[in-house]
Amino acid sequence: MTASDVFAAPQSEAECAEVIKEAAASATKLEITGGGSRSGFGHAVADAKRLSTKGFSGISLYEPNALTIVAGAGTPVREIEVALAAENQQLPFEPSDLRALYGTKGAEPTIGGVVATGASGPRRIQAGACRDSLIGVRFVNGKGEAIKSGGRVMKNVTGYDLVKLSSGAHGTLGVLTEVAFKVLPRPEKVATLRLSTLGEDAAVRAMSMALGSPYDVTGAAHFPAGLDGEPTTMIRLEGFANSVDYRAEKLRTELRDLADVDIDIDSDPERCAASWKRVRDAEAFEGRPGAVWRVTVKPTDGPKLVSALREKIKTDGVFYDWGGGLVWVLTPEVDDAGATAIRTETNQLGGKATLVRASEDTRRRIAVFHPEPAVLARMSAGLRQVFDPAGVLNSGRMTLAA
Amino acid sequence: MRMPAPDAEVIARKDEIVERLRAKLGEEAVISDAAELKAYECDGLAAYRQPPLAVCLPSTTEEVAEALKICRAMGVPVVPRGSGTSLAGGAMPTADSVILGVARLNEILEKDYENRVVRVQTGVTNLSVTGAVQEEGFFYAPDPSSQLACAIAGNIAMNSGGAHCLKYGVTTNNLLGVRMVTMDGEIVDIGGPFMDEGGLDVLGLICGSEGQLGVVTEAWLRILRSPEGAKPIMFGFETSEIAGACVADIIKEGVLPVALEFMDGPAIQACENFAKAGYPTNAGALLIVEVEGSDGEIDEQLEKIKAVAMRHDPISVRESGSAAEAAKIWAGRKGAFGAMGQIDDYICLDGTIPVGELPNVLRRISELSKQYGLDVANIFHAGDGNMHPLILYNANKPGDLEKCEAFGADILKLSVEVGGCLTGEHGVGVEKRELMHAQFNREDLQQQMAVKDVFDPLWLLNPAKVFPIDMLEERAAAAKAA
Repeated sequence: MTASDVFAAPQSEAECAEVIKEAAASATKLEITGGGSRSGFGHAVADAKRLSTKGFSGISLYEPNALTIVAGAGTPVREIEVALAAENQQLPFEPSDLRALYGTKGAEPTIGGVVATGASGPRRIQAGACRDSLIGVRFVNGKGEAIKSGGRVMKNVTGYDLVKLSSGAHGTLGVLTEVAFKVLPRPEKVATLRLSTLGEDAAVRAMSMALGSPYDVTGAAHFPAGLDGEPTTMIRLEGFANSVDYRAEKLRTELRDLADVDIDIDSDPERCAASWKRVRDAEAFEGRPGAVWRVTVKPTDGPKLVSALREKIKTDGVFYDWGGGLVWVLTPEVDDAGATAIRTETNQLGGKATLVRASEDTRRRIAVFHPEPAVLARMSAGLRQVFDPAGVLNSGRMTLAA
Repeated sequence: MRMPAPDAEVIARKDEIVERLRAKLGEEAVISDAAELKAYECDGLAAYRQPPLAVCLPSTTEEVAEALKICRAMGVPVVPRGSGTSLAGGAMPTADSVILGVARLNEILEKDYENRVVRVQTGVTNLSVTGAVQEEGFFYAPDPSSQLACAIAGNIAMNSGGAHCLKYGVTTNNLLGVRMVTMDGEIVDIGGPFMDEGGLDVLGLICGSEGQLGVVTEAWLRILRSPEGAKPIMFGFETSEIAGACVADIIKEGVLPVALEFMDGPAIQACENFAKAGYPTNAGALLIVEVEGSDGEIDEQLEKIKAVAMRHDPISVRESGSAAEAAKIWAGRKGAFGAMGQIDDYICLDGTIPVGELPNVLRRISELSKQYGLDVANIFHAGDGNMHPLILYNANKPGDLEKCEAFGADILKLSVEVGGCLTGEHGVGVEKRELMHAQFNREDLQQQMAVKDVFDPLWLLNPAKVFPIDMLEERAAAAKAA
């Protein structure tokens, strides 16, 4: 995207409201863009002019003692992470950086994009998703009205929770202008237990055991073929140094009782960070062609899904996060890119399959988001209608054109 | 308090409504006798009472759907009810409404330790969820004070919290899926025993919508393995300001206690008189800090916390050497509401403030207390800013309740003014309905009301709650004109 492609880059919420009011009146469709690093996520927005959120930039409030940060939606994620790190804090949900996956390396991801796509990483299983850390939003709806929900305090049940609804709405309900998060202390130490040679069922059993232990596991992932081509299971512990050491040893002992395999405890900060970034950003699929799927199921159903898929379609890569509950699948981008098989199996087990990356052509034919049962689909359509009656905001981003 | 005028036509058709409900649900599942209806005339906000037209107590999700279909067809408002412990009047009936109670939906349906989830019917109590899984060492994290009695249905409706949510989050963070019945009587599953994503977060919207978007009959709840141990420590400080500064420093240190409870002087006095927990009655403020883990981990965290606290010159420090002593430390806090009840009638507020505003807000509350001539004690989930000022009044003294409510409204407006909100965990209900104007502008509220239109276009579900009455009446008039 070049600057000249941008139709509007409002510098204030009021300006944004004006732009949208006019767009609604003239039925001008708008594609909302932040840094553009995830613009390949969702269906293409047809015949739209671009509205950039870059003007809503900067941290407006950061109170480390209150574990709270508020920033404009166009603020670079990097800026927020640097500010938090200076106070030894972090975003709990470990937002992913999918530039390599989407081939958008030059783009600067914004916090609004993280929220709009609900990008949550490995720590979701312990600290919650993006929507769980998000405590307040301001947005402009499709009528050009500035709306707020939530605020800057972490316990708030005043009125309907439009905050949750904003996360993962891909800009179809409103243009986010400001977001507020609950943050957490950065751990003093990180350790990764690496188990080798486990099959997928055994790996999920081991991860379930670890996640069901009192040792406060903050990441559990499995690669059927790791960097060296061998199966690798990773379990992460974070916290104060002595506590991490203690829990790592306890967990290693208990895991050995379950599976007689080599268990290495790695507490090298850089190696640990790189390992979990590999999971978070799906680096295993970087630079490889094909369609990328993210399937959420019950953790013990993860291996069942994968073995059923292997019988039905060709898969070029698979790995598990969230203790088995999130399965990343790479499929060749031919025919329906595996959609029918993946969605049928997912429906049978209970879960959702999202087509995270595919060519625009594939996304014209295949629903990116898991088709919803009729009643739920009606609710979602009804919600889009009341937030954006003229259908000008990221129209069609989440729904397959009929 | 003003309630919308009940629909006389609906009231006139009471016999027919009851008959049709009985035909589908059975004779004993529907209550219509005036004496029996009295049991449902209020919830935990007992100052306001209004018996409903009838009560129905379905035993299955399908029966809930049948009841809703009948009410929808006949234009009868429906008030969903869990255990009726709402402190905000969230389950308060209107004269033309049918109460739909989920008390008979009280089974734990599935326990799945490997996937760390349970499926329950929503009439089960909060504590019974933990009760069902604790033999395997698991627990359900949200722990509202009423957890012995309150139902999961109400927890979901109000997005309930508790003392331990600094670490574990509130209901919405521990809810994976629901089975819900719409006002049209359609049954829909939203989410499930997996981490939901993709598609609009309708589940996140349902949680905390105060029973106005649908009736939740089943829930998938996340369960967690209990920590190896837990231990509280108690510090007394000379003033609230000092205690507030200590809280900030503990959090800055990178320690995240599971609970961080604050009590001011009047609260300490009342609790000590009631529970004889050995609280420092000469202290202006008290902090109870609880940490979890193995013995070694607990000791390390407590050392860090003590080191921070010592910098603020506490006038007393009490570490629990035994389980009995730990229980004693908590006894005062947990008995706080009972202690207040012994002194006088009280209302309990629930605003949240940015934690840094604590000293300022406490000072303003004490000024308001003098101005209104009513005593107030402050109990506070200090880690997350959720305040619970208890205002004492005399219910038998004419005008005292009104004065107390005006005082409460001032405190809540103050909470909003300093950057906080009206309610942190109790919900808006009827109690804080009119104060919504203080937190939101008309467009904010209209957007929320438009959300309700999607789920319940006739506005039959849990009427007269959440939104200010002027906006409800405006909307009703517009609907009638259309």
